[in-house]
Amino acid sequence: MKEGIRGIFLHGFMSFAAICVTVACLLIVGTFSCLVYNVNRMVEDLNKTSEVLVYIDTALTDAEAKSIGTLLNDVDNVYKSTFKSREEALEDFIADHDGNDAFSGVEAADLRHRFIVELEDNRLMEQTVDQIQQISGVAKVNAPYELAEGFSMLQDVLQIASAAVIIILLLVSLLIISNTVKLAMHERRDEIAIMKMVGATNGFIRLPFVVEGFTLGMVGAAAAFGLLWLLYNTMMDRLAIVDTLKLFTFEPFENLMLPMVVTFFGAGLFVGVVGSWTSIRKFMDV
Amino acid sequence: MIEFTDVTKAYSVGTKALRGVSMQIEDGEFAFLVGPSGSGKSTIIKLITGELKPTSGTVHVNGYSLERIRKREIPYLRRTVGVVFQDFRLIENMTVYDNVAFAMRVVGARHKEIRERVPYVLNLVGLDTKSRRHPGELSGGEQQRLAIARALVNNPSTIIADEPTGNLDPARSLEIMSLLQEINNLGTTMLVVTHAKDLVERFPKRVIAIDNGLVIHDGMDGYYHYENQ
Repeated sequence: MKEGIRGIFLHGFMSFAAICVTVACLLIVGTFSCLVYNVNRMVEDLNKTSEVLVYIDTALTDAEAKSIGTLLNDVDNVYKSTFKSREEALEDFIADHDGNDAFSGVEAADLRHRFIVELEDNRLMEQTVDQIQQISGVAKVNAPYELAEGFSMLQDVLQIASAAVIIILLLVSLLIISNTVKLAMHERRDEIAIMKMVGATNGFIRLPFVVEGFTLGMVGAAAAFGLLWLLYNTMMDRLAIVDTLKLFTFEPFENLMLPMVVTFFGAGLFVGVVGSWTSIRKFMDV
Repeated sequence: MIEFTDVTKAYSVGTKALRGVSMQIEDGEFAFLVGPSGSGKSTIIKLITGELKPTSGTVHVNGYSLERIRKREIPYLRRTVGVVFQDFRLIENMTVYDNVAFAMRVVGARHKEIRERVPYVLNLVGLDTKSRRHPGELSGGEQQRLAIARALVNNPSTIIADEPTGNLDPARSLEIMSLLQEINNLGTTMLVVTHAKDLVERFPKRVIAIDNGLVIHDGMDGYYHYENQ
């Protein structure tokens, strides 16, 4: 153990280089992952604005119309339903067509009571609308199929593209980091040869290098995690004061911590230990 | 004891490095191994240290049979054989003390043992006052002394010195040879591979001459005999 820690300080420059490369790669992967996560979340939020309008039969009393809300909420995939009376609908109508004389004669009685329905998953909009239409008292359903389909497709494309980019970035990072660890070990080939020459066993030779690789990987992961945390929160603070960006909500870093910790330390552990283990093997046959 | 019996060694490319070598070096003996480049000297060293296995014949080194040795036994064989190289092979970013202590640490020696043994060995090779220096701050002769100290520190029964004076001037070469003789006087078997004719003449010891994979001379009359072949 001591030999491994000693090795880090003894070969300060290569250790520093290995840590820097680990930090840089993990920071790129982490930043991109956070960005993608937030963009996905925003698209998902936007998709939720694709509301379904459920018009109620005019023959129903106000109380009967309102009671349909319970039946709507019982339908699978309905996230929320909000009742809007014909009077409220008229107010909205007037506000929307303010100053347009063509609609000046419209009265509340010309409109229907309605529910604004938000769905859990807009991909199932068609099936959900079919179920809603089966409810007695529902006169008509208006669903923005094309908008929902567009958002869903955008979400799918974003998810696939971002997953592909993250996997590629992670693989490239693993390759770069493990090569840096290998390079650090390559610099030590004479040391390994001397160890073999004086009669050190393979286990005794390997252990300090694996401890060293593990420590380098963990230090790199911790530094990258800390930096990402700092960068993310700084960016959030900066964006919060820009008025035009207030529409977008970003996930607090605390909620992303667990997957980031697992990814960063997992990657650090993997490249540190596997990188050093495989690179030493090359110099063991002396 | 080192014992070769009718040893051949052929490399995969087809080169026959040894073609039936037989020799025996007793415990505590001092012997020179001489021969031109490509004669098979390096192959003999590699067979003794377990880097290679003989193609045929038997090699016994300090109780280990090299033709049958298991991979996990090789480190233990190497602890009985200290090796000194022409190019010293020191670790530049370690001090003199640490270069020697390193050889003990990697075979699992305890701190107390290291603290006692390293100063003793450094004193033996005359480097006790330079223990905090780095190899780059030492002369060639001192670097070779350091390499000898490292080879000696685990108390091997045999030391193999591969061209130990190849990088040194005549005066330093003489010092190194005297040091190797002193170590031999303490009971360590010494096999010195060399081209240095003058040194072989100055230290009248057993000379094993090898050429083209064969022992062409083995005796106390030495180098001239080999030259006349």
